[in-house]
Amino acid sequence: MHYFIHHKWVQFIALLAIFFVLVMAISPVSGGNLWRFQENIFWLLPDTLNNFLKYLINDFWLVETYDIELDLTEESTMIKEFTRSLSGVILFFINLIRELLLGGVKTVVTFTSWDFISEHPWARIPALPWTAVASGAFLMGHFLGGRKLSILAGGSIIYIAVFGQWTPAMQTLSFVLVAVPLSVFLGLMMGVFAYKNKTFKIILTPLLNVAQSMPHFSYLIPVVVFFGIGDHAGAISTVIFATPPMIRLTILGLKKVSPEVLEAGLMSGCNPRQLMFKVLIPTARHDILIGVNQVIMQCLAMAVIASFIGTKGLGYDLLVSLNRLNIGEALELGISIVLIAIVLDKLSLAWANKQADYFADLPFHLHHKYSLAFFGILVVTSAIAYAISLFFPDKPNYLYFISDTQGLTTKNFWDTIVDWIITSTYQSVQSFNVFMITSILVPMKEAYLAMPVAATLFLVTGIGYLVGGLRSAIIVAAFIGFIALTPWWDRALITAYMVTFSTVTAVIIGCTVGVLCSRNTRATRVILLVCDTLQTFPSFVYLIPVIMLFGVSDLSVLIAVTVYATIPATRYTVEGLRNVPQSLQEAASMSGVNPTQRLLHVELPLAFPHIMLGINQTIIFSLFMVIIGAFIGTDDLGQLIMQSLSRSNGMGQGIILGLCVAFIGLAVDHLIHTWSDQRKQALGII
Amino acid sequence: MSTPIQPVIKCESVYKIFGENAEKVLKKTDGEVDTESLLEAGCVIGVNNASFDVHKGEMLVIMGLSGSGKSTLLRCISRLIETTAGNIFIDGEDLLGMNEKELINVRRNKMGMVFQSFALLPHKTVLENIALPLQVKGISTKDSMARAMDMVNLVELTGYENAFPRQLSGGQQQRVGIARSLAVEPEMWFLDEPFSALDPLIRKEMQDEFLRLQSVLHKTILFVTHDFDEALRLADRIAIMKDGVIEQIDTPANIVLNPATEYIAKFTRSVRRERVLSCQTIMEEYDVNTDLSDITVSKNAIIDTVAERVLSEQKPVAVLNEQDEIVGTLNSKIIIQVMFGETNNLPINNNAESQA
Repeated sequence: MHYFIHHKWVQFIALLAIFFVLVMAISPVSGGNLWRFQENIFWLLPDTLNNFLKYLINDFWLVETYDIELDLTEESTMIKEFTRSLSGVILFFINLIRELLLGGVKTVVTFTSWDFISEHPWARIPALPWTAVASGAFLMGHFLGGRKLSILAGGSIIYIAVFGQWTPAMQTLSFVLVAVPLSVFLGLMMGVFAYKNKTFKIILTPLLNVAQSMPHFSYLIPVVVFFGIGDHAGAISTVIFATPPMIRLTILGLKKVSPEVLEAGLMSGCNPRQLMFKVLIPTARHDILIGVNQVIMQCLAMAVIASFIGTKGLGYDLLVSLNRLNIGEALELGISIVLIAIVLDKLSLAWANKQADYFADLPFHLHHKYSLAFFGILVVTSAIAYAISLFFPDKPNYLYFISDTQGLTTKNFWDTIVDWIITSTYQSVQSFNVFMITSILVPMKEAYLAMPVAATLFLVTGIGYLVGGLRSAIIVAAFIGFIALTPWWDRALITAYMVTFSTVTAVIIGCTVGVLCSRNTRATRVILLVCDTLQTFPSFVYLIPVIMLFGVSDLSVLIAVTVYATIPATRYTVEGLRNVPQSLQEAASMSGVNPTQRLLHVELPLAFPHIMLGINQTIIFSLFMVIIGAFIGTDDLGQLIMQSLSRSNGMGQGIILGLCVAFIGLAVDHLIHTWSDQRKQALGII
Repeated sequence: MSTPIQPVIKCESVYKIFGENAEKVLKKTDGEVDTESLLEAGCVIGVNNASFDVHKGEMLVIMGLSGSGKSTLLRCISRLIETTAGNIFIDGEDLLGMNEKELINVRRNKMGMVFQSFALLPHKTVLENIALPLQVKGISTKDSMARAMDMVNLVELTGYENAFPRQLSGGQQQRVGIARSLAVEPEMWFLDEPFSALDPLIRKEMQDEFLRLQSVLHKTILFVTHDFDEALRLADRIAIMKDGVIEQIDTPANIVLNPATEYIAKFTRSVRRERVLSCQTIMEEYDVNTDLSDITVSKNAIIDTVAERVLSEQKPVAVLNEQDEIVGTLNSKIIIQVMFGETNNLPINNNAESQA
């Protein structure tokens, strides 16, 4: 008995034994509620939620509105009016930026009317020549970060223009340039407020947890209902999705500011506002910038997903070309998205690090040399563009605008390669597919589906209890129990099976690569750089090469998920091993261990809690990507979320399904964090 | 020493009590502080009944080991933490009664503070760090940068003004901290263990630098340290704290010669008295008939610096005051007694010292 209490692994084995006994004992036919929860009152929840939201929109808080154009007084609701005006404001800014880049009349219309436009053909914003935008990018890169950044920014714009993606890329850019500042601003403000106000923070924290584990798709559904479809809806769902990490990192950064710095600010005579904006936020800059970076990444990831609800741009084109299996085109579009992501990330970073020179007493033209140069280039490029259209009115004007039919393209090249790969590897890929599906995936899926709900709940609750005591047991049981009560338990099991498979594969690959690379400082640097770069890719992009090589099947989803999820596993392994204190490594070496012994007995045990956090990330990444995989075709929760997007009454269902996914993630997250914190405390490395 | 001039800092029965129950207990006793019932309620007493004055141009060093409440006391006086009970007056104004606006005004114009871990803003250059107090006051960028540049020169960091804190050594970083705290020309200068994070050699150098600055600036100083030698070296008066209580507040010489408690005696025992005491503390009364030696010493000279000369003389040496009048004599017997004898049987002129 004493042995039992003091050895966790014995308890785990006992737990597993009871679990298997339960699996054997409960039969699908006679198990009743023990096998699967029968239809219950809980199943009405999606419809209730749906009706409630409908009520909010259509019948709650009626107001009278007056329509000027129709000269009518109409009845509307406050919520509707609010969402309508919010959409209007956001759409105005998106259009403003878009028309500055691409030309158009909508912004002018906002201040006048359509009649005014038809009467005055000059009343439109002219598009900037792409040459001007490219030189603008060069100049801005140089101004903020020197030559390297200049080449990166300018080169990316040239790539986009030359490859004929100008219109969709600028549409995406205009959408991102509205969503990113809005998310950063909201995130920063809410983070600051949560830092100052404890009650607000207590309310906010669980909301943030759920918000960050909800899959992207489930945000789209309520947004469509409240805001309709279009660019603004995409921007709003992006903001909702991208703000939580910003809030979280703002709070984290502010909390890390040392109390003496805060006191130094106070003693310098800062008032609360100066203290926040001159001392606290700049000092917490590192974490806040990671937040900005996350926002940019989320926005570009959402740029693709938001195209489901009518956001124009690269994402929409990418979706269409993937649908048509135009792999070459999808690849080019994917590269454009990645380039925009990287450029925005680096520019924002450089901007935050920009230094002012106080003693440079420069004359006007040197002080404003960048703006003057841009103005000059703008005039010159516009003049050239105008001159060319004047002299060659029939020819396409390459120095003004390159449409997608005129641009360079490599898609034929890629398509040929893809064709070649498919034809030449058809046999081997096909047999690999068949092997994986029949001997691993299908049996695994069936095994998951054969678990009685009572046994599963017993297992997760038991693990919760062993890891974190009664509190964890209750938390985990509540999360998983919620899913069990919904009608979608089987779907959740399929999601769980896909996540398990890809996580296990990703962890094996990631940890091995991580351990191997950490043996060598140079390899460590390289692998961290690779991970950094791969992380900037929007998750959707990972589907392109996989479809290219493996076609459309369950397996290719799993491969894409695995590739995506390997990144955090590798990264955390390398970081964990690298952060093992030097003194301990030296102590081990002086005790006469060889490198393998040192790895096994010193480095891995110490790095293990950190590696566990990496595995946690791997699971969350897998979960998200499995849901996105619904786009290729799976039969799990994600597929249902996709379906509820196109159903008129799908709102309640979509939200509940999103919560199911979130709760899987939160349960795992809770268990691993609790364990890792305990372990770190035991090892004294917090 | 009742001077009609009002003290720059005046503390009256200052208490700082930590703990969730502190307010409840205090309410019960109607604001009266009853330490025993507070301790029973699970409170921790940071500062226990501190009363003292600091006069213009005086340097009071608050000395104590970690957890003695010295930093807490300093933070009460700078109002970085709220005092539980008692009164603090700054230039006769009630500090604790000030609203936020008044408090910010006092900090912007009268107070400067230096921190143990330097507390520089990592994203700002040396110059920008020093200019911060000026800029938050609303001084134009041009003027504040010019003033900050003067401060850079004052702390001898010329050439480093565009460096970032991370590029500087500890000593240099603390020079920036000092420059920042002095940028608004405050009357009061608070230093919270400013040299504790520095290497011994650098610490000595920074103490010299600090004394040099003070000899030019004549600020009213509260200096917190855990280093007794540092306290002796710098202080006009030392307040020694233990468990929140000021055990003794007196001149370095008096503390060394008359430690009030056994606890303080532990510190003073290992102190070389000749390095702390000045001649006037041990001189004998001047008798006109005495046959004096040719050399003389100043009454403020530290014994260590004159011991060799006095010991090499057969006759007693005259001790002079600032007006070159003879106020006492020293002979080799007294010096030997100071350097090698027991503390208890020293002839000490307490009054003379405390008047200094």
